[in-house]
Amino acid sequence: MTDAAIPKSPPSLPLMARVFFWIGVLSFGGGLSGWIHRQVVQQYGWMDNDDVLSGIALAQVLPGANVTNLCVYVGYRIRGTAGAATSLIALLAGPTVICVLIAMAYHLLQDYPVLQACVDGVAAAAVGLNLRLGIVGAQRVMPRIAPTIAMIATFLAVGVFEWPLVPVVLVIAPLSVAAVWPRGARDA
Amino acid sequence: MREDSTFSLYMSLLAVFVPFSLVAIGGGGSIFAPIQREAVDVQHWITGREFVELFAIARVSPGPGSMLATVIGWKVAGWGGALVATVALFLPSSIVCLGVAQVWNRYRGRDWHKALETGLAPIGTGLMFAGVVAILKLGHGGPFAWALAGVVAVILTWRPKTHPFAVLLIGAVAFNVQLLLAR
Repeated sequence: MTDAAIPKSPPSLPLMARVFFWIGVLSFGGGLSGWIHRQVVQQYGWMDNDDVLSGIALAQVLPGANVTNLCVYVGYRIRGTAGAATSLIALLAGPTVICVLIAMAYHLLQDYPVLQACVDGVAAAAVGLNLRLGIVGAQRVMPRIAPTIAMIATFLAVGVFEWPLVPVVLVIAPLSVAAVWPRGARDA
Repeated sequence: MREDSTFSLYMSLLAVFVPFSLVAIGGGGSIFAPIQREAVDVQHWITGREFVELFAIARVSPGPGSMLATVIGWKVAGWGGALVATVALFLPSSIVCLGVAQVWNRYRGRDWHKALETGLAPIGTGLMFAGVVAILKLGHGGPFAWALAGVVAVILTWRPKTHPFAVLLIGAVAFNVQLLLAR
């Protein structure tokens, strides 16, 4: 059943590389996960809708950028480990080069006040995008007491007290998961 | 840091980004606060101002926003540094993901999966807020930046389909208007 999503003749690795390369290069402004979904399900029919949605859920739970996790999952489901490696490298290759080129260009032009203002404005707006993500997350968390405490504790520890991230996560994550762990039949 | 050998710079990039890769719960945005602390306050790779600039550059570039690591790596040790930082941030989490992907479908929908999701989501959200505060504290924008971030969040709540790039453009225009008015 788990193999149902893998087509009888999977696409070649070079084709996968090409598809993910262009997803990476053209993904200005984010929203890559939606694009991967569209290309893989609708455009090429390499996977079915439910499988990709399940991958998106997995990508959000696991550590790491959601889009690279999704890329690894999708690549793996289509062509195993080689597919995962191919799609991940293809996805990141273009953006890696482009963001450094943009950084170099900025370095040359940074003395113009207009560009300075652009950078400040983009940074503030980008923070707003993250703020929105945080608010959406908080709305889902808030109805439950233990997750709400975990959220506030994490924010205070890392954002206000500036404690180191790794130990904070290693302490709070097990407690937070344990607090919602299903006991017996079904958790409230 | 320039007197350090390139190799030791690569090593410190790995030492900083590999652990962050493995605890970036809820996506790349969740580790911006600790990346800022490491890069600016602990390692002294860049100034707070440069951090905000690199954050903005990563955001207008294609690819995930966590390519912030890539441009920090470039700033620290050139193209080699960009490559090392990219691998350090994306490879460890990808290997974990690959391992989980292999067993994921067998256990899909089990209770513990739900518990993992419900238990970890609030940590990702808390970290996201921490990143928001860390970057706003560093920026030159002051109260104007805080207000703009708030307005953007409201716009996206009101019109969730707004393209992120349109929002970034609004930010750039707003700050230039403010610059003109301040003259």
